[in-house]
Order: sequence, then C-alpha cells, then structure tokens
Amino acid sequence: MIELAGIRKAFNQGQHNEYWALNGIDLAIEANKVTALRGPSGSGKTTLLTLVGCLARPTEGRVRLKGEDISGLPERFLTDIRRRTFGFVFQQFNLIKGLSALDNIILPAYPTGEPRRELLERAEALLARLNLGHRREAKVEWLSGGEQQRVAICRALINDPEALIADEPTANLDTHLAKEFMAILEGLAGEGRTILLTSHDPLVTESAVVDRGVEMRDGQIVDDR
Amino acid sequence: MIFQPAIIALLLSSAICVLALALIAPFAFEVIRRWDIKSGSERQLQLERRTYLFSMLLAFVLVAQLASVLLFVFNAEKMSGMFVGAMCAVGTLNVNPYGFPALNAKIALFFLAAMWLAINHVDSRARDYPLVRIKYALLLLLAPLLAVAAWTEAQFFVNLQADVITSCCGSLFSEGSKTLVAEASALEPVPAMLLFYGAMGLAIGMSSFHWAYGRGGYGVAVAAALGFAAGISGILSFISLYIYEHPHHHCPFCVLKPEYGYQGYALYLPLFVATAAGLAAGAIRPFAGVASLTAIVPDVSRRLASIASIGFLLTAAVATAMILRSNLVLLDH
Amino acid sequence: MKLWFEKQRYLIDFTLASMARRKARNLGLLGVYTVLVFVLASVALYTHALRVEAAKVLAASPEVILQRLVAGRHDLIPPGYLEKVGRIRGVQKKEGRLWGYYYDAVVKANYTFMVPNDASIAKGEIVVGPALERSRGLAAGNGISFRSYSGKLHTFIVASVLPQASEIASADLVLMHEEDFRAFFDYPVGHYTDIALSVANPLEVRNVALKLAAALPDSRPILRDEVLRTYASIFDWREGIVLALLSAAILAFGILAWEKASGLSADEKREIGILKAIGWETGDIIKMKFWEGLLISLTAFLAGFVAAYLHVFYFAATLFEPVLKGWAVLYPEFRLTPHIDGLQVATLFFFTVFPYAAAVLAPIWKAAITDPDAVMRG
Repeated sequence: MIELAGIRKAFNQGQHNEYWALNGIDLAIEANKVTALRGPSGSGKTTLLTLVGCLARPTEGRVRLKGEDISGLPERFLTDIRRRTFGFVFQQFNLIKGLSALDNIILPAYPTGEPRRELLERAEALLARLNLGHRREAKVEWLSGGEQQRVAICRALINDPEALIADEPTANLDTHLAKEFMAILEGLAGEGRTILLTSHDPLVTESAVVDRGVEMRDGQIVDDR
Repeated sequence: MIFQPAIIALLLSSAICVLALALIAPFAFEVIRRWDIKSGSERQLQLERRTYLFSMLLAFVLVAQLASVLLFVFNAEKMSGMFVGAMCAVGTLNVNPYGFPALNAKIALFFLAAMWLAINHVDSRARDYPLVRIKYALLLLLAPLLAVAAWTEAQFFVNLQADVITSCCGSLFSEGSKTLVAEASALEPVPAMLLFYGAMGLAIGMSSFHWAYGRGGYGVAVAAALGFAAGISGILSFISLYIYEHPHHHCPFCVLKPEYGYQGYALYLPLFVATAAGLAAGAIRPFAGVASLTAIVPDVSRRLASIASIGFLLTAAVATAMILRSNLVLLDH
Repeated sequence: MKLWFEKQRYLIDFTLASMARRKARNLGLLGVYTVLVFVLASVALYTHALRVEAAKVLAASPEVILQRLVAGRHDLIPPGYLEKVGRIRGVQKKEGRLWGYYYDAVVKANYTFMVPNDASIAKGEIVVGPALERSRGLAAGNGISFRSYSGKLHTFIVASVLPQASEIASADLVLMHEEDFRAFFDYPVGHYTDIALSVANPLEVRNVALKLAAALPDSRPILRDEVLRTYASIFDWREGIVLALLSAAILAFGILAWEKASGLSADEKREIGILKAIGWETGDIIKMKFWEGLLISLTAFLAGFVAAYLHVFYFAATLFEPVLKGWAVLYPEFRLTPHIDGLQVATLFFFTVFPYAAAVLAPIWKAAITDPDAVMRG
C-alpha cells in the first residue's frame, strides 16, 4: 500500500543543530496487515510514522501511496489524502478539552462539509461499537484514560480510512486497558484495515495480532520480520 | 487638504495596503528565486506556507479596494457641498486633476486583484503549483501599481481646498475660481444605447458560449472589458437620465444616493462582479496548456464565465427595467 | 456549494465553542473593541447630527445677507441704503433686519436680541428661547428686567417661550418689538443691522451677489451656501481633529489585537496542532480564524454603535458635549434628531474593522501554519 524509497528526513536543516531523524529508509507496508515499528526512543519511529501518514514530507526520497508518488505534494493535497486514507491515534490521545466526546469524534470530518446528520449517525455507530454510547455527551476531560483512548479511536475512524496509525498506543494504559486495546485492534484488523503502530511495549510487539515487526535504530531499519 | 474622517480613513486604508504589500515583497521575491516543489527541504516547506499569507493578503487588498471605491465615491458626493459649482461627486472629482485618475486606479486595482486571485485559485488546485513564479512576479508588478494608486489618491486629497468664508474679505472669495464641470461628458442617447445593448449582448453571448462549450476564453475577457466600458458609458449617457427623469443630468454617482432609492447598486454590483469574473476567465486562459492545469483551467473559467454571463444579463435587465419604468422620454417611439 | 455552506457552518460552530471556552480572553478584547467603536461612533454621530441641525436652521435663513463695512468692520445700515439696493433681477424680497447681542451679567451669558420681521410681537412683550426659560426661570406671563448698555432698566413681559424643537438655533433668543429694540440699544432710527434678500433661483444667487457688490462697494454680501459650506467644513474639521487625537487609541487597539492574536496560549496552540493532525488544512484554520475575527468585529461594532446611538441621541452626548459643541456659555439642551449616515457608518467601519483585520492577518497565518506533525513530536 505504501512504499518508501531512500527516505531521509532532517530537522533544523542548515543550522548548527541539524539532525537527521531518518537516514535511508526503504520499506513497503502491505495493505490489510498489522505492522509494528519497534525501537528505542529517538530511533525515528514516530518520524517515520508521520511520513507514512502524510503528516510531513521527507527531505529526500520517495513516498508512494498505491503507486502514486506523493513525496512532493504540497500540504494542501497531502491533507486531503491523509483525511481520506489515514486515521490517527496519538500517544497523548490529543482530544480537545471542553468539547463532548461526540463533538471530538466528528471533528476530522468538518472540512469535508458532510451533512451533520450523516456524521452523527456514523459517530453514534462507532460509539456503540466501542461501548461508549452512554458517554457521548460527556466532556472529554471527565473521561477515564481508557475511555479517552476509545474516543480517540472513534475519531480516527470517522472518515472511514483504509489505514489506522497509532503512536505508542499503550504507553498511557495499564495492562488491562492495553489488552482491551489490542482486542479492539484485532477487530479492526479483522475487517481488513491496514494498521501501522509504534511501540516498545512487548504486550503489543509480541502480540499475535501483529503480522510484522520492524526494528529501528538511529534512523535506520535494523531488523524486519 | 481637508481634514475629514472619511479622507483620513481612505488614506489610512491605502497606506495599510501599500505597507502590507511592501513588507511581503521581499518574501515574494524569495519565493520566485528559491521555489523548488520537488524539494522536501525545510526552506521549501516554509515557502509553501508563505503562499497562504500572500493569498490572504491579496484577498484583503481586494476587499479593501472594493470598500474604498465605495467610500471614495460616497465621500466625493458628500463633499460636493464644499466646492462652488460642484453639484455631486463628479464636481468634487473635478476639483483637481487627480480625482478621476484616483477613482479609475482604484477600480483598475480591484479588477487586477480579482484576476490575480483567479490565477492563484487555479494554481493552488494543481498539485504541483505550476504558476507559483508567474503568480509572484505578477504580485510584484501589482505592488507598485498599488503605490501609484495610493499616491494619486493622496494627491487628490492634499490638493483639495474647500471654498470657505475667510474673515478678511468675507464673501465671494470664490469669484476667481473656475466653474467646475459638474456633469460628465456623455454620448448622444441613440448611439449610446446601441453601444450599450450591443456590448451587453456580446458579453452575454461570449460568456454563455464559453460557459456552454468551454471555448473562446480570451473572448470572454475582451467582451467583459467592452461590456464594462459600454455599461459605464451607458449609465453616463442615458440610463442615469431615465433614473433622474431629467434630460441633462448625466451623473454616474447620484444613482447611488438615497434620493434615487440606491438604484445604482443594482446596476453597478452585477456589472462589477460580471466584469471581474469575465476578466478573470481571460486571465487564467494562457495557462490552460500547463500539464497539471488542463482539467482545472477550463472548469474554473467556465464557472467564471457563468458568473459573467448572469451578471451582464442582470445588468442589462436592470437597466432596461429602469428605462421602462421611467417617465422620461428620450426617444420618440 | 451546499458542502461549502455546511463546512462554513461547522467552522463557525467550532469557533463559537472555542471562543466560549476562552471567555476571559475574548471578552477583554471584545470590551476594548466595543469601547473604541463607541467612542468613535459617538463623535461621528454627534458631529453629523450637529451638521444636520445647522443645515436645518440655515435652510430657513435668507439666501443673501448684505452687511455694510466701515474700515473693514461690520457697521449699521444707514437710512436710504435699502432703497439704494434698488431692483435687482431675481430678488424676491429685501428687508432690513434688527438684531444684536446682550450680555446678561446675572447668568453670565450672551443673548441674541432680535426683531422678528413679521412684527408679531406687541410692544413691551418678548418671546424667549428655552435656554432663558431655564436659566432665569421664566414662563409665559412673567416679567423680566434687563439693564441696557446705557444703564437704564427695561422691563418686559414674557409672551411665550419658543418651542424646544429648534433649540440649537433659538436657545438664547429674545424676540421683541422694533421700538423696544431701538429704545433698549439706543439704536438710531432708520438704521438696520443688515439686509436680508431672498433669491428664489439658486443659480441666480451668485449673480445677485455680484451686482450687490458692484452697486454698493462698501458692503459685503454673505451667501447662505457659503455659510453652510463653512459650517460643514468646521464640523468636519472638528470631527477630524477628534479622530486624529483618537488615532492613538486606534493604534493601541491594533497593537492589542495583534498581540492577542499572536500570543496564542499553549492550550490554543495545541488545539490547532490537533486539528491539523486530524485532517484540517491550513486554509481551514485560516477560515475558522477569519470567522472568529468577523464575529468579534461585528459584535463589537454593533454593540459599540448602538451604545453610541443611545449616548448621543438619548443621553445628549454627555461625554463629548464640551469638546464638540459651540462657543456659547448657554449650552442649548436639546435632543438631536436621530440620524444615521451611510458614509459615516462606512467610515467608522474603516477606522475600526480595517485596522483590526490588518493587525490579525499575519498572526492568524502564523497560527495556521503549525506543523501537522507537531502533536506527535511534542
């Protein structure tokens, strides 16, 4: 589904603190599979995730999405592709405080201008599926960590993306909740969604749900199986 | 110089526009020099983000020009009482030789900004931003024009001297002052009508044709320019007469006054929108051959042509309705 | 198109919710903005109403007034002068007028004594303006004494008080009979203060004035149009001065708006980062911020303008009266006729909304270009 070729990514380019977060990555992520990126912090996992998810552009190299080269696309079009193709679950959940769970969930669909009724229907279905129906009107800061993550998952799915990207999804969860998350993940993988996640939690990386593990270090891939 | 709120407001807005463009000009220059869409470097990302600022700014200038055209005319209208012989805005604008050039410059800038925004619009819909360099070169050309317009406006206001009673010689201070041309020059009604309806017909025809078949984009622009000229001369030479029901009052501005029920807006609004759309359709036409724009330009220019077509049709319809409703008889039936 | 509208509605919804969450911050800006509009609108509405009032007063005055000059100073019209004017084409009516000023030491104010040309006031009676009614506690039927410049005391009976409606012109007016006037001021018989001429056709006025100036070289004709023009520019000038003084306030407001817009709280920055990460585009953020600015501007403008309207027309512009009104000690106390002028609203808009928009343009952009991946890196 996504192919990366000769990817390099620099930060603070041309300054004294220039630093290459990714240094020569070649990777193909298959559709309908669960891929996990492993590695110590600072290894470039998250940066790679942002490139795959069209959140950022590589400094060098090519990114191909279903055969189309998207590495040189301006942000305006990348955003459009991202909105349709990827859903994101962030480590800190990144919900907007002060808004209800429901409002948070439909937020990614605002720029599309879809009728509110359809959006709400989809959001309700997602809430029901993740057992959150009773919390729909609750402000997100009143929700527990597990509930917040489920809201974040609902939000990631509102535009019905083909792929789900999760950055350290279990970092802020206890074992019980982490297992619950893996169960949800299994369900999503089962319906044919491509899933890409980073983690150094063995509970995730050793899980049977994960089809492929990619080990990273210093901006390069050191192990891939 | 007359110290007056509306004048201060106009000068202030012009100054802000010029200043804003002057401030971003170096950045536009940098975009032209360093743009490389293929690159993923941080500098390129910064340049791309800067384009948003430029679009915002030009939209701002466009709105400011439109608003200041209105304010400028309003104000000229109101100030006419201060000058001996000036009956309405035309008189005020004739007080010194900068009046009409200042107005014309404002209108021209409005149309140019609209054309730039159209080019910007098609460019930002193409994935490779093919017109970036051209766009910013045009922007750099627009900046001095804006400055010239602001300068003309300032000259106009600075050289205004109200005919006011002075304590030394009391009255008739204005004995020596020239009589102002309170009326705009105008064509005879019959040729003016032929010109008006002919040009409107042409503009409606060309833009409808382009709307339907997607051909003749430049024609739309030419017809729109003609339509605008004919529209203004039509208003000057016969439409205004019908509105005022007076065979010699040729003022293009009094129609905007409450005494005449603000009828002028119904005429000018569609005329300006249609002309801007028609000119914009022509402005994007040269880029129809650019690979990534082959689908976008025709789509946008047809949409612009549809606006132009409807706008000119409305202008002609409104003018005709005003003529039919009027009690004035200019032509023997 | 429908999608577009729906999208704008979402953006407005979101920005409203977001503003509501940061009440303190937004209310502060809104308050300052409203006060600025209020002050500017008060000035504009007030001067405009005065201008309208002055024009109304002058509408009733004669087209041409002829004054005689001696050594460049205004002098009395001697007997026979009126006849010397002769017949001038276009002049409908000409008449000598009698009026003068009287300083009342009791209330330390100047009155205008005048003889109405229709001779409707009986000898020994006067008609007074509403300001006198207030300051001297007069009412119809009361008697009042004025000490004339020659030292003699003259007593008059107040026949009636002029109506409130035209107060700005008539506040300090005292109308009396011609003989009383001449006796009071020791005004020589046959002399007049000036001559009023009515000219029906406005295009003739200038010619009439030229002929008058030619026939009577020691006189100066004053045209009503010129007075109007002069008043208009004086009012404009005063308004301009006040606005120029307030321009510091506008500038300060612009800086405040810029600062508020660029000094986003960490919370707000994070929010924009999240929005961008979950699929909002830079343009969407800009549009959202545009709606925010528009809502703030319109609210402030409307609130400020309505408050100014009430202030000027219902509370008699209590805050600005001393700066903007005339020179007299006896302030006419009057309610201005409510009047809104399109040009003024447009000008006000330019003075307030325009600087605001210009000030927040760059900060909005700055906020909108937050990296979409910022939330993942932070």
